Amino acid sequence: MINELFRWDWFFDHLPDIWELTLEHLRLTAIAVVIGFAISFPLGVLAYRHRRTYGPITAVTGILYTIPSLALFMMLGPVTGTLSVTTAEIGLVSYTLLIIIRNTVAGFRGVPEDVKEAARGMGYTARQSLWKVELPLAVPAIVAGVRIATVTTIGLVTVTSLIGHGGLGIYILQGLSRLDSTLTLTGAVLSMFLAVSADRILVIVERRSTPWAQTRARAS
Amino acid sequence: MADVMISLKNVSKRFEGTSGAAVEDLSLDISKGETVVLVGPSGCGKTTTMKMINRLVEPTSGSITVDGTDVLHQDPVQLRRGIGYVIQSIGLMPHRNIADNIGMVPRLIGWDNARIKERINELVEIFQLETEMLSRYPSELSGGQRQRVGVARALAADPPVMLMDEPFAAVDPIVRERLQDQFLEIQARLRKTIVFVTHDIDEAVKLADRIAILNVGGVIEQYATPEEILREPANDFVRSFVGRERGLKRLALIKVADIETELGPLVAPQVPTSRAIAEMDGYGLDWVSIVDDGELLGWIDRATAERSTTVDPAEARPFSAYVTAESSLREALEAIATSRTQVAVVVTKGQRYRGILTLERISKEIIS
Amino acid sequence: MSGLIDFLTDSANWSGTDGIPTRLLEHVQLSGVSILIALAPAILLGLYIGHTRRFEFIVSIVALGRALPSFAVMAFFFPMQLRFGWGFTPWAAVIAMVLLAIPPILTNTYVGVRDVDADTLEAARGMGMSERDVLRKIELPLAVPLAIAGLRTAAVQVVATMTLAALIAGGGLGRYIVDGSALGSNSESGVAKLLAGAVLVALLAIVVDGFLGIVERLASPRTTSRGRRRVPEEHLDVLPAPDLTAS
Ligand SMILES: Nc1ncnc2c1ncn2[C@@H]1O[C@H](COP(=O)(O)OP(=O)(O)OP(=O)(O)O)[C@@H](O)[C@H]1O
Ligand SMILES: [Mg+2]
Repeated sequence: MINELFRWDWFFDHLPDIWELTLEHLRLTAIAVVIGFAISFPLGVLAYRHRRTYGPITAVTGILYTIPSLALFMMLGPVTGTLSVTTAEIGLVSYTLLIIIRNTVAGFRGVPEDVKEAARGMGYTARQSLWKVELPLAVPAIVAGVRIATVTTIGLVTVTSLIGHGGLGIYILQGLSRLDSTLTLTGAVLSMFLAVSADRILVIVERRSTPWAQTRARAS
Repeated sequence: MADVMISLKNVSKRFEGTSGAAVEDLSLDISKGETVVLVGPSGCGKTTTMKMINRLVEPTSGSITVDGTDVLHQDPVQLRRGIGYVIQSIGLMPHRNIADNIGMVPRLIGWDNARIKERINELVEIFQLETEMLSRYPSELSGGQRQRVGVARALAADPPVMLMDEPFAAVDPIVRERLQDQFLEIQARLRKTIVFVTHDIDEAVKLADRIAILNVGGVIEQYATPEEILREPANDFVRSFVGRERGLKRLALIKVADIETELGPLVAPQVPTSRAIAEMDGYGLDWVSIVDDGELLGWIDRATAERSTTVDPAEARPFSAYVTAESSLREALEAIATSRTQVAVVVTKGQRYRGILTLERISKEIIS
Repeated sequence: MSGLIDFLTDSANWSGTDGIPTRLLEHVQLSGVSILIALAPAILLGLYIGHTRRFEFIVSIVALGRALPSFAVMAFFFPMQLRFGWGFTPWAAVIAMVLLAIPPILTNTYVGVRDVDADTLEAARGMGMSERDVLRKIELPLAVPLAIAGLRTAAVQVVATMTLAALIAGGGLGRYIVDGSALGSNSESGVAKLLAGAVLVALLAIVVDGFLGIVERLASPRTTSRGRRRVPEEHLDVLPAPDLTAS
């Protein structure tokens, strides 16, 4: 067993590898969140417009959400190829769905009644009201969903190391099997750093896209 | 009677899952250019009635026409674009700045940008907003300013018909009064056909050409001019709704110009004080106005007159309040109550003396 | 699929140390212990910070804990556990689960207390309530439903993630998943075992979610005389943006 908590020399020796795995980590995350959003957003809009679909949609994605990631990755193996990226991505995407759908619906439902009524009263069609009035006002909640999904996915990517991917998770797995805290810490701290940075960037995106919500900050 | 602009015939509305009807068999005609105010207790169906006109609520039965066309045969979206709508909670778009909020309907119906911009500037002037406000968001405006933007937005595409649901309910009384005055000024110029909902009877009396007093279920208890309603309430419901100060409220509708004024005690400057004292005795009063060739200089009391030999304008004291021909009798009454001389002095513009109004004269109007 | 049904109906799998009842119980125990450990600090801190509005930055820091992969936490503590001589026990997994459970409970409790209507508080203080009374009689009851919503999220996540314990030789339903996959995807019995583990965990998570959903509903205030309750939305923004420009 290696007793030192963190060996800096190992860290600096492996910087190029670490960089590669960081990029891999980001790529796995980005693909999962983009696909997850592409699936969830329309489903969220559907669940909002047709209340009856909300139950079934959240029930199905809710079940996906409760399947242990470990099992999901291993179960998908025989179907989509044990070591394939598809296996990893299917698992990662399925965890983003519930989060983004719930936030999308909550965002739309949170649009004040009077604003919707005013839009209708002025002669907006249902579609114009949805895209021009309700959607912009739902943006903060939707972005909040994407933030949670992104942060969760960055964490889950580490688990895909068990099926041969994992980005920085590879170091965590190696650290676990070799009982080497240098590797574990490298993987853990960097993936946490990725998560926090991604979150901050999304906050900035949200602020940019909702200038009206920033007025209090501007006034003070 | 002028052309009918909005007509409701035997209109009823039953909401699903409720026992009684929100509005039952309501018929109402509204003329072109007229302001009709719907008043009544909470839940009596005012909002429902109004929303049936622009089909935000679909009537269960009956027919509604706007400018001769049955609204039920029109595309609701097109219909609404032609009717200005101010909702009680204002409903400004929090994500659009003030200019974009005002320009919403013109943009919907395809005006070009230059025309929209011009129109916005016009409205800014009419509503005494500031150009600088246009780039702000609704959350950066005061309550009163937001109300004005809400009304300006409804007026933007210059619709002939306006529906206004308690547009001034959310502001304090002082601001509300200013908004009401502004409303009257603008309406005098634009002559829109307006349906206005409120549950403030004073607001109704002040703004309406005609008032419809509704009871629960949208039953019209009386539909008449404010003056008629105050003078002759149709029944006990109306009487209790307009309240006990009916006479006083009616005074608000009568202008000083509508009734005769008395000449009152007056003398010219520099005349012997004996003339002044004789004038006071003639009216049984202890004071006299000093009027120089039609211009009112003020008044002196008996003690002052007895001290000197001629009427000295330098000793004239100003009246604490005047009224003009355009003032209401209610304002005249207030002037009487607050003045030392117990009369309201009526002047024209430029302080030209016209006469006086006494308490007896006004109470005759209340009783009539 | 048929393998899965065979596995679940085989009476041999319903007894012994690797039987379903034992594994299920282990799973519930490990998850339960983790949640119980997380509960006290999360709720107390949430109440304290929400009531006093001091140290609010702690909420932001704790919320960042969601970005911490449980897998990594476990991998980090496992060697330490060995060094302390605790052997092959699931403690590292429990620590990871505690850290996973604290953020949602704390954030929701804090938000629940913070968002109590300012007028209500002023009225309460105006009636002469002490700060203690305000916290106990007003803020606490109003914050409870939201705190339970946080607990519900935490519990579901813990139940699903607890399977990781099997990677460090811990018990619980994760055993089936790890042991099953160790047999390889060509082994029919291995796949069946893996599936059985996944299905049982998912079922357990759904049951816990449903149960806590009922608790949440019962703890929510009635808003109509006919007994309708307003169940608060869980606080969505689990990673509150600390305002870096403020002092
Ligand atoms: N969408 C709805 N569904 C069921 N009932 C409704 C609905 N909208 C209004 N009502 C009922 O219809 C009746 C009339 O409501 P309306 O909103 O027209 O009242 P109002 O005169 O505008 O009252 P207020 O002065 O309080 O605004 C009320 O009893 C109300 O409860
Ligand atoms: Mg109303």
